[in-house]
This record gives sequence, C-alpha cells and structure tokens, in this order.
Amino acid sequence: MASTTPTDLTPPPTGPALDGGKSTGRLGDKIFIGLSRGSGILVLLIMASIAAFLTYRAVLGISKDEGNFLTTFDWNPAGDPPVFGIAVLLFGTVVSSIIAMVIAVPIAVGIALFISHYAPRRLAAPLAYVVDLLAAVPSIIYGIWGALFLVPYLEGLNLWLDQFFAWTYVFEKTEVGVARSLFTVGILLAIMILPIVTSVSREVFLQVPRMNEEAALALGATRWEVIRMSVLPFGRSGVISASMLGLGRALGETMAVATVLSPSFLISLHLLNPGGGTFAQNIAAKFDEADQLGRDALIASGLVLFILTLLVNGAARLIIARRKEYSGANA
Amino acid sequence: MAKRIDVSGLTAYYGSHKAIEDISMTVEPRSVTAFIGPSGCGKSTFLRTLNRMHEVTPGGRVEGKVMLDDENLYGSGVDPVTVRRTVGMVFQRPNPFPTMSIFDNVAAGLRLNGSYKKSELADVVERSLKGANLWNEVKDRLNKPGSGLSGGQQQRLCIARAIAVEPDVLLMDEPCSALDPISTLAIEDLIGELKERFTIVIVTHNMQQAARVSDRTAFFNLAAVGQPGRLIEIDDTERIFANPSVQATEDYISGRFG
Amino acid sequence: MSHAVVSGPKAAPPSPGPRRSLNSRSLPRWAPLGFAAVSVLLGVGISLAAGWESRVQWGLVSALLFVLVSYVVTSAVENRRQATDRLATSLVWVCFILAVIPLLSLIWVTVSRGVKALDGYFLTHSMAGVPGFEAGGGVYHAIVGTLEQVGLATLVSVPVGLLTAVYLVEYGKGALAKAVTFFVDVMTGIPSIVAGLFLLSIMLMFDLQPSGLMGALALAILMIPVVVRSTEEMLKLVPNELREASLALGVPKWRTIVKVVIPTALGGITTGVMLAIARIAGETAPIMLLVFGTQLINANPFDGAQSSLPFYIWEQYRVGSEASYDRAWAAALVLIAFVMILNLVARGIARWKAPQTGR
Repeated sequence: MASTTPTDLTPPPTGPALDGGKSTGRLGDKIFIGLSRGSGILVLLIMASIAAFLTYRAVLGISKDEGNFLTTFDWNPAGDPPVFGIAVLLFGTVVSSIIAMVIAVPIAVGIALFISHYAPRRLAAPLAYVVDLLAAVPSIIYGIWGALFLVPYLEGLNLWLDQFFAWTYVFEKTEVGVARSLFTVGILLAIMILPIVTSVSREVFLQVPRMNEEAALALGATRWEVIRMSVLPFGRSGVISASMLGLGRALGETMAVATVLSPSFLISLHLLNPGGGTFAQNIAAKFDEADQLGRDALIASGLVLFILTLLVNGAARLIIARRKEYSGANA
Repeated sequence: MAKRIDVSGLTAYYGSHKAIEDISMTVEPRSVTAFIGPSGCGKSTFLRTLNRMHEVTPGGRVEGKVMLDDENLYGSGVDPVTVRRTVGMVFQRPNPFPTMSIFDNVAAGLRLNGSYKKSELADVVERSLKGANLWNEVKDRLNKPGSGLSGGQQQRLCIARAIAVEPDVLLMDEPCSALDPISTLAIEDLIGELKERFTIVIVTHNMQQAARVSDRTAFFNLAAVGQPGRLIEIDDTERIFANPSVQATEDYISGRFG
Repeated sequence: MSHAVVSGPKAAPPSPGPRRSLNSRSLPRWAPLGFAAVSVLLGVGISLAAGWESRVQWGLVSALLFVLVSYVVTSAVENRRQATDRLATSLVWVCFILAVIPLLSLIWVTVSRGVKALDGYFLTHSMAGVPGFEAGGGVYHAIVGTLEQVGLATLVSVPVGLLTAVYLVEYGKGALAKAVTFFVDVMTGIPSIVAGLFLLSIMLMFDLQPSGLMGALALAILMIPVVVRSTEEMLKLVPNELREASLALGVPKWRTIVKVVIPTALGGITTGVMLAIARIAGETAPIMLLVFGTQLINANPFDGAQSSLPFYIWEQYRVGSEASYDRAWAAALVLIAFVMILNLVARGIARWKAPQTGR
C-alpha cells in the first residue's frame, strides 16, 4: 500500500488536492470495510448453514424412522425396521441440567460473594485467579475424574439419601448398581459449571457502585444486609446470565456425561438409579457403530439439542435486556 | 436526640499511609459544624471516622477516641453497625438504591431494624420526606424508582432516608458538590431546619456555603504534600471568616492558596 | 442556638424503639473458628456413631452443624440481625469450602496419578503396535494432532474473529451489526458436539473423509465467537481520542485501525486468542466425530485420521485397563499443563500490557 503515498503527494492537476487524498483513502477503506463486513456476514452464514445442514440431515433421518421420533423409548436406527426417539434423551438432558443448576447456582453465588465481599483481601485475588483457571480445565478431564474418582465416593451419599429420603420418591434407589446415575451426572455437571458461573457472577458483584454499598452501610446495615440491599439487586441480571451460560454448557456437555453415565433407554424419576441418557452422551456412545442412517438419526437428535440451547440462550438474553430497561437510569 | 461529639487525639490511616493526625475537637449538639480546607487535607476522611465508615475502606484504621456524649465509638464491644445507625451520613453524590422505589428507599433503614406496621412505616416515610422538603414533589409517585428523580431531589431523598431512622448526628460529605445552584439552595435551607433536631457536620469546598449554613467552622490543612492532614483551627464561623487566629486560615479564606 | 444544651426529646418518634446503647453483647472474634471446631468434632462423632463410611457425608454433616451452631449461638448471645448476618457469612464460607474440595481433588488426582506413566518415552512415542490393555506406548501422535488441529483452527478463526470484531466496533451500525452481535452470542452457546455434527453432515453430503482439517474447522466454529467477544471488549477500551488524533492527521480510517487501534489493543487481543486456544484444545467431541483417532503418527492434518490429546484420554479411558487408565491420567496431565500454561501466559500478557491499553 506504500504506492498510494506518491498519489497523495501529487494529485492530478484537474482536481483539488483534497479529492485526490480522499479517493486513495477511500479505496483502502472500501477494501477494509468489505473484509470486515464480509467476516460478519460469514458468521451469519455459518449459523445459517449449521441450521440448514443439520435440518436437512435430520429430515433424511427422521423420514426413515418407523417409531415416533419424539416419544419412542429406544435408539435402534440399525434395526429392521429402524426405530429411534429422543424421549429418554430429552428427559435425561433436562433433568441432569436442572440438578446441576440447583446445586451449582447457589454455591457459585456464594463463592462469588466470598471472593468479592467476604474473603480476606490477600486471599481474594489468588482465589479469583484459581477459579478462572479451573474454568479452563477440559471437560474430558472432569469426565475421567468423575468416573474413576467421584463415582465411588458418591456411593455412600447415595445410600444415605436412599436411607433417609426415600419417601421423596426421587431419592429412592430401586436398583442395585454403582452410582452412574443421572444424579451423579448432575453433581459432576454442577462441579464443572461452578467456575464459569462463579467468575461471571463475581465480575458483576465487583461492579456494584461503591456508593450504593456505602449508602446501605451508612444506614447501619450489617454486611449481609448490604449485600441484600445493594449487591444482589444490582447483580441479579448478571447472575441470571451467568446461570444461563452454565446451563448452556451443562445441556451440551458430552464427555463428562459419556464417561460417567451407564446409559439405558428408560425414563425414571428415581434419580439415583443408574441409567438414562443425554443427547450429547448418546451421540458419543452411538457414533462408532452408526451407519449412514444411524448418523442421520444422531444428527437429528443433535438438532434438537441445538434448538434447546438456542432457546436457553435466547431466554437469557431477553431477561437481561428486560432487566436493563427496568434499572436503566441507575447512573 | 442530638448528641455532642468529642474527638480526642484521632489519627487515621490508609494502610501504612497516615491520612490525618492527632485531631481533637468538640461538636456541639444542634449546631452545624462545617469542615473546610484544600483538597486532600483529610476532611472527608475525618468525617468518615465519625461513624466508623473509614474502616470500610480497605486498609482503613483509626487510633484515638470519638465520644458520642459518654460513649466511645471506638470502644471495645461497640458494634460499628450500631454506630452507623446512630450517626447518619449523606454522601457527595446522591446514591438512592437504584432498584428500590422512593418509598422503599426512605423505609430501607427502618426495615433493617425490625418489623413495622404498614401504617407506621407510611407515617415515618411521610414525616421524613416532609422533613427533607421533598414530600410535595414526590407524594404522587412514591412507588416510582428513586433513580428517576433529579439530582437535587435524589440528594434530598438520601437525606430523608438518613433522617428516617432518627439518628443523633447527621454527617454530610460535600452534599451539594454534584448539584446545580437552585438544588444547592434547597439543601442549604434544609440544613438550617434540620439543625433544630440533629447535630450536623458538613464537609464543603464552598466557603460561601460554609459561611451561610454553619455555626462553627473547622479549617483543615496539610503541612506539606505527603504529610498527614491536621486540624488548624475551629471557631465560630463569624470569627473564622472575619478574624481567624491562624495566618494559614486567612490565606485560604482570602483565596491565596488552595 | 448552638449551645442549646440537651433539652427534652422532640416528639420522640414512635417507630425506632428504645435507643440502644452503642455497646452490645458480642461474641469474641475467634467465635467462628470455635464454631467450626465444635461442629467438625460433632460431625465426626455423629458420623462415626451412625457408621457412615463416606467422607462426603462427614463433611456435609459438619458443614450443616456449623451453620446451625453459629446461627443459634449468635442469636442467643447477640441478636437476630447479627445472627442472620452470621448465617450468611457461614453459608458463604461453607459454599466456598464445599466447592474448593472437589476442584482441588480434581487437580490433585490428575497430578498424582498422571505422573505415574509420564516420562520422556511417553511424550515421544505413539501407540503404534501397543495393545491397549498393556503398559507402554505414548502420546506423541496425540500431541502432534492437537497442535496441528488447534493451529489450523486458530489460523481460520483469528482473522475472521478479528475482522468481525473490527466491523462491530469500528463500522457496525444498523440491522447487520445487530444481527451479527446477536448471532455471535448465539454461537458462543453452541455445544461442541453440535459443531461437530454440523461438519459431519457436510462430510456426509460431500462424501469427505475424516481428517484433522475437519476437526479444526469444527474447533474454529467454537473459537470464532470467543475471539470476537474478547477482541470487541479490547477494541472498545481503546480511547476515542487516539482514533480522533490519527484521523485528524488525515490518516484514512482503515490505516488508523490497522496502525493505531489494533496495536494499542494487541496485548488484550493476544490474551483473548490464547484463552480461546486453551478452551478449544480440550474439546473432545468434535474430534471424535470428525478426526476419528488413530494409534499412529499422522503429521498431515489434511489427509486421514489423526489423534488428539483429549481424544486420546477418552480412548484410553474406554480401554478400561490399569495401564490404559495410567496413560489416560498422564495424557490428562499433559493436556492440563498445556492449557494452564496457555492461561498463565495469556494472563501474564494481559497484566503486563494492561497499563498501555489506557484504561
């Protein structure tokens, strides 16, 4: 582009100097705008083609399904006739993610508050750092840790829950077997999404304007009352978006579930029983043996997972947008 | 009921940095005492030691005694939370709770201290808003967020919030510095009324304001940059502005520095 | 007026109740430690008495007792408000401890079990000719695969991500920019397995064979939104004065961006890219679908199956023998070390460059 400089210095005699300078600049600008806008459009294209390709293959697959894709409790696309359905997968995905959220969100908010408002100052910064690092631990490592270490440790807890809380139905263990259950998966997912939910929440809590906290303090509020009056209201939308981020991860998590769960095509609300399945886990487990139709079937289930995560993300964004409007003028 | 503040030998630190050194003074009940002095001389820091807000800042710590009538704010067994409930504070920038309505803002302090009947709460809120000369402007929109008010109204809302819990002392940290002249005037009038009921301490950068609202004025200064701030003198406001006993005070007031 | 000494109280307000003295009964500062000690003792006692074996239960019982004891004692000695405050404090501490234990255990287990099989041989050999259930073999082919796939993904996603961010910050207005912002957000939430399925369906359509490139493209889909987001944040931090100063000198906008804006934000952008790399380096699912995995060294990412570190861990885990578990942990340690080093360096750059981005 160095060659443009002489043009700048020697404008064509017919036009005023200003025009000459502008037009060469404009050419560069045009190329650059084109490139950057092109990248933006590429992002849109990628999203569109993800939706299009997945839908196309999914339709191919579902059209050959002899069962009902939504309600069948089986996954046998190689059978004769081919039968497969997502009922169990949808149930398992939603249930394990809900368990993960119920456990992880309160604890993550607790840790975030601990780092932002409770921990001794010398401890807070390194802690925040460690939490951020843990958010980067690959899921497969959580997976083998969960399968080889957490599962044996949770057996006692499962027995205990069964012993004292069997009346809740949910915690009644009716089948013998190791703790490779949806409940264990939920706990593992909770541990996995803790760091990310924590670090986003912490960021928000730290952004609470100092003067809002001082207002509460000056009224004679205890530390908890300060948090309740000024920190939590301010941070609510941030915590919601952090949770949704976590939920998105939990819904789509593959490896950790695939290593821990012993899958079965049953729906049971006895969460401690081994068995069940999730979309991502099923794809990982069935992919190796899948033929052409099998792959299309898996892609169809992936499409459902895709839509599910889109809905969650969309909901999160809506909530945040509404919150922003509500507390818009909080200068 | 208003109380007397008696400070002796007070020194405050930020970490290892000494911000103010060896300050002693008496603040009479039901009067307005103004703190003036150049920026960074520690008047705000000193103000914040009077309701133990200073120690909220990381590294903040205090030596010395602050007697409120016959009790030491820094005595052992004294809960800073109780202190702040007794010594209210209004800040430089209006800081209503952004997510609360006007009503809830005023009621916030009361709600902390136990349960009240709705009618009682409404009474106190109305009385406090009237006390802050804000009632007529907001009585029709008590359920709207406090952040929708103008700056001056927000500041009076904060004053209403502070007096709703009936503190003994009201501290004001440059309460008008973020406001326009008309709102400032409204606040100054209000201060004149509030001193009937409270002991008021106000930090201000505006010397006319100090002269207008205060009964006594304290002048703070630094010996040099990096040195801790000190109390140079405290006297009746008229004396300070007409005939101060220290040369530095006169220099400052006549605009020769600061 | 200023000397009006204390007269009768003015129309005492009905509400605030009797004026309390500043002094109130309070617990000593070491009280929380005491509570903790008592509840751990009690918890262990109860657990032993009940014959529970799992430490998880011991911990949960002790934690519960701690919360209860501190609440009850505080509300007896001090008051309800202080007790609630103490309750919140102890809950927050309990949360912290509950969460730290599994996370520390994860690191500890990975390191302690990973060092068993980790040595020079392991790092420099593939699994060629080694039966999965026997000891021996190594991770070299997986490291090669990971580096190539991640490298390719970075090559694709950094220019796209950077330019998209530039578009959003410097040019973007109107419907297109809004759409791009929205879909970048959506893209952030795509599960890795869905990205994998997307490329799988392309492979099925065009009858392509599995290769490192396919995996890299899936990784790029995961990486682009992360790069866009972090770059956007960094570009927004560049003060407008700098842009104006450059434009006022008659420099065209695109040169201003290339020569002034991006260099100013470069530290932050680098950090963002490295964090994104660290994130995709641990992705297993797309590799499983698109790269297939092999025991052999394949240094050509454009042709034929490759392995990768996370995939290798999964593969060794599935073999299910002691020797393969050892290899899985050792590979996990290598992967964690890789990711952590990237993270540490990235954050180091961020800290080192921070003052220059003019915050």
